[in-house]
Amino acid sequence: MDTLVLLLFVFVLAAFLGFELIQKVPSQLHTPLMSGSNAISGITVVGALLACGVAEGEFGKWLGFAAIILAMINVVGGYLVTDRMLGMFKKKGK
Amino acid sequence: MDLKQYIDLAYIVASILFIFGIKMLGNAATARKGNLLSAVGMLIAMVATLFYKEVVDYKLILAGVAIGTVIGWVWAVRVQMTGMPELVALFNGFGGLASVLVGWAEFEFGKNTDPVTQIAIYSAILIGGVTFTGSFVAYLKLAGKMSGRPTLFPGQKAVNAVLFVALLVLGVVYVMQGSAWALYAIIILSLALGVLGVLPIGGGDMPVIIAFLNSFSGLAGAAAGFVILNKVLIVAGCLVGTSGIILTIIMCKAMNRTFGNVLFGGFGAAGGPAGKAVEGEMKGVSIEDAYYVLEAAQNVVFVPGYGMAVAQAQHAVKELGSLLEKNGAEVRFAIHPVAGRMPGHMNVLLAEADVPYEQLCEMDAVNPTMNQVDVVMIIGANDVVNPAAADDPSSPIYGMPIINAHEARTVFALKRGKGSGFSGLENALFFRENCRMIYGDAKETITGLVAQFKG
Repeated sequence: MDTLVLLLFVFVLAAFLGFELIQKVPSQLHTPLMSGSNAISGITVVGALLACGVAEGEFGKWLGFAAIILAMINVVGGYLVTDRMLGMFKKKGK
Repeated sequence: MDLKQYIDLAYIVASILFIFGIKMLGNAATARKGNLLSAVGMLIAMVATLFYKEVVDYKLILAGVAIGTVIGWVWAVRVQMTGMPELVALFNGFGGLASVLVGWAEFEFGKNTDPVTQIAIYSAILIGGVTFTGSFVAYLKLAGKMSGRPTLFPGQKAVNAVLFVALLVLGVVYVMQGSAWALYAIIILSLALGVLGVLPIGGGDMPVIIAFLNSFSGLAGAAAGFVILNKVLIVAGCLVGTSGIILTIIMCKAMNRTFGNVLFGGFGAAGGPAGKAVEGEMKGVSIEDAYYVLEAAQNVVFVPGYGMAVAQAQHAVKELGSLLEKNGAEVRFAIHPVAGRMPGHMNVLLAEADVPYEQLCEMDAVNPTMNQVDVVMIIGANDVVNPAAADDPSSPIYGMPIINAHEARTVFALKRGKGSGFSGLENALFFRENCRMIYGDAKETITGLVAQFKG
């Protein structure tokens, strides 16, 4: 129960932080912000690694394996696509 | 300190990198670096996780990471900028499904069966499941593999309500008993809810729903974090969840609608208020005549919309913009926050075509200067320039902030046919005295104008 209260505490603080972080975003950054944060949501890969890495529980292990693949597509694809987009924006600097 | 504490320290570092990453993504000068920082954070979190003593099977992990990396890499590198909305939706869906599988796997291991863990498993599967199929339907609609129009059937709201209640009841059953059948039913019904929830949402509302699903995928990750009691999942998932909500609110405000109205409105379907009938007729103009007007114009504003993306006209538009500038005109692009199919869609396309950054203007910057504008070129935009939003209280889009194209001296509207916008509305602008329609494919029309300038 102690752990849970601590985790809830973390969750609530993170929520407030999230709301404060990006209040005024220029519209040209809407898409990169979305796809960049989308990549971060692939953090669930950490849970997938833990599920896949265990020795016991054959079926759960394979669920974890599938989750790793899906989350990695999300992570790698999300970061790369965001970088590509932002690279195009940057060219205007000259 | 034992190993577990070092892992936690690494998670703190990763969390800090995510926080800075998101913050920097909100600023044009630092965005790219911010994205890189958050990627480094992800790498740190993943590597640290491998040090848990419970993790023993590295072969399978490496195989999974390699497969996912290659697929994600190839898609990200090969996608055309016009295909960006659907790819973002697809990635988002995969993240959601991954959270479902993490929750499910923990259930199979059955290590923790206390009610709190069960609630967390339930939340991860419910939110993740809705995110997955919801994003997938959005992907199908955006990729044009499915009609972008709202799909409605009789009793739809009742079906969704029943589904929702069933999910709540099953949730209670599952948390109390931890029974497998309840969990499988929850998986299936959440997947169904995602499909049925996004089906009635029309193409024009996609920016809102994509931002929302993005938020949901983060929350699914946070829920998965509660399942495995992992702080970095909770922090990162929660940050994505809240920043997604902010984006959703920005999009809703740009349409002057509440989120509930977007979700349940079935906007643009048959029925509902239609607004005042528009009187008068639309007047066409030839490319040649349009050229003479443009040639004399000192101040030109382009208003791009989804039609520009469909016609892939952004490069031609950029060329026309350069020619107009060379001709001595001031050229700007007025971008409505919900133009296109995802937040910032038009900015991405115009950046791809190398349109100078300074020429991209937000709606609020352009509107006050509109009466000095000689020509507004509307390229496949519709509802975002409909003056009915400002002056017809009976119109369903009344109150939505628009780009005041009608205040310019001349308006050229490029349009494929005489049809109406996503909301099914006649556009009062097209019937105004100062508006001329140029029918046909937007890319061909613009290319035609370019040829006139060069010839």
